[in-house]
Amino acid sequence: MDVSVIVVVVVITALIFDFTNGFHDTANAMATSIATGAWHPRVAVAVAGVLNLAGAFLSVQVAKTISSGIVSETRITPVVIFAGLVGAILWNLVTWLLGMPSSSSHALIGGLIGATWVAAGSSAVQFSAVLGKVVLPAVISPVLAGIVALAATYLAYRITARAARGTAECGFQLGQKVSSSMIALAHGTNDAQKTMGVITLTLVTGGLLAPGSGPPFWVVLSAGLAIALGTYMGGWRIIRTLGRRVSDIQPQQGFAAESTSAAVILASSHLGFPLSTTQVCTGSVFGAGAGRRLASVRWSMAGRMALAWAITLPAAAVVGAAASWLATRGPVGTIIVAVGGSAIGGGIYAASRRNPVNALNVNDVPAPPPSVPTAA
Amino acid sequence: MHIDWSSLLVVAVVSAAVALTVVVLVAFAIVGLSGRAPHPGGDGEHTSSTAPAVSPAVGTTVALLCLLACVLIVGYGLYVLVV
Repeated sequence: MDVSVIVVVVVITALIFDFTNGFHDTANAMATSIATGAWHPRVAVAVAGVLNLAGAFLSVQVAKTISSGIVSETRITPVVIFAGLVGAILWNLVTWLLGMPSSSSHALIGGLIGATWVAAGSSAVQFSAVLGKVVLPAVISPVLAGIVALAATYLAYRITARAARGTAECGFQLGQKVSSSMIALAHGTNDAQKTMGVITLTLVTGGLLAPGSGPPFWVVLSAGLAIALGTYMGGWRIIRTLGRRVSDIQPQQGFAAESTSAAVILASSHLGFPLSTTQVCTGSVFGAGAGRRLASVRWSMAGRMALAWAITLPAAAVVGAAASWLATRGPVGTIIVAVGGSAIGGGIYAASRRNPVNALNVNDVPAPPPSVPTAA
Repeated sequence: MHIDWSSLLVVAVVSAAVALTVVVLVAFAIVGLSGRAPHPGGDGEHTSSTAPAVSPAVGTTVALLCLLACVLIVGYGLYVLVV
């Protein structure tokens, strides 16, 4: 297949992944704010979309792409990147259909690993980097965020126990607007960068950009618009799971969870320790739920999420490997992967229409059993 | 395999300190502002029927100081994000 054609295909596929990344991760910033009523659902996704777009322009350090150090970049081609992206997109769609807040970054890494393994052999995959950059942070990030959010929630209830109820609710809801906005901005910066990095890498491997080049403006703009549009579409199923099915979240808990998430994400980004935004935010929500009362948390949901996290990387890797095997057969194989991936994606969307979740019914879920008001 | 344990420890300490500080500051600001709110008594599960612990003027001052500190922390967070 002509190099320029496959590059165009990869760029479009990367932008589609960016779009799915956006709606998959809207919940990270806005789920608890929507659940507590701090933001109206439609306003929440609009704000998150705008801040994701703004975040995309804050940094262009594409040297730290998601694939950096995970696979040997000199041994892969744009076709392999395409196959990896297909694996990531399909896994994102499956977990969205199930309402599971899995990591889009892990899906992308898994897809790239599977595709690279099949195309260039296992030696092209840096497994030690996978363990250090993916597996370990995946275990640590939700635990760290959960413990901090638990302590923050406990303190929030303890300190405001004598405060006027209206003032407390209004104050924490206002705080939620700020903290959720910070997460949305950070998400745009981190996750739009990943797609920019993938597209830039593709342009370099396709010979259309000099090695070491930064992303052209059109790459920054298109990646920012794709993730912003995806965010605005709202991954309502995951928002419902995180906002309503973990615990009956109150403004105190929402603010504590979001402040914790923002602090952990910004600290880890600034200090160079890679953590999954999704897992940080999910850990914070569970911690905030437990901070009011342990029994108010649906721990069975935690088990399902942990299972989804554990299989995200291998599942995306399997899909990426299959796509890579087909796509590297030749142009016909690439076309089959594109058509097959589109058909499966369309089927998942059609399945979602049987039980649609949107801005109007996102909060219509029976809350967990009522609990004792405060931990204090 | 190289794992940067020192960075991880710093992330844990810094994020815990910042998150807890912000939440505590906002909580104290809310307590301070509660002094200005009418107290019908027993209007909710987290409301005390007793009088506020501080006068409205003192409460407002404390709240403003706490919120100012929060603004500085959030501003530094934005600075970290951009730079």
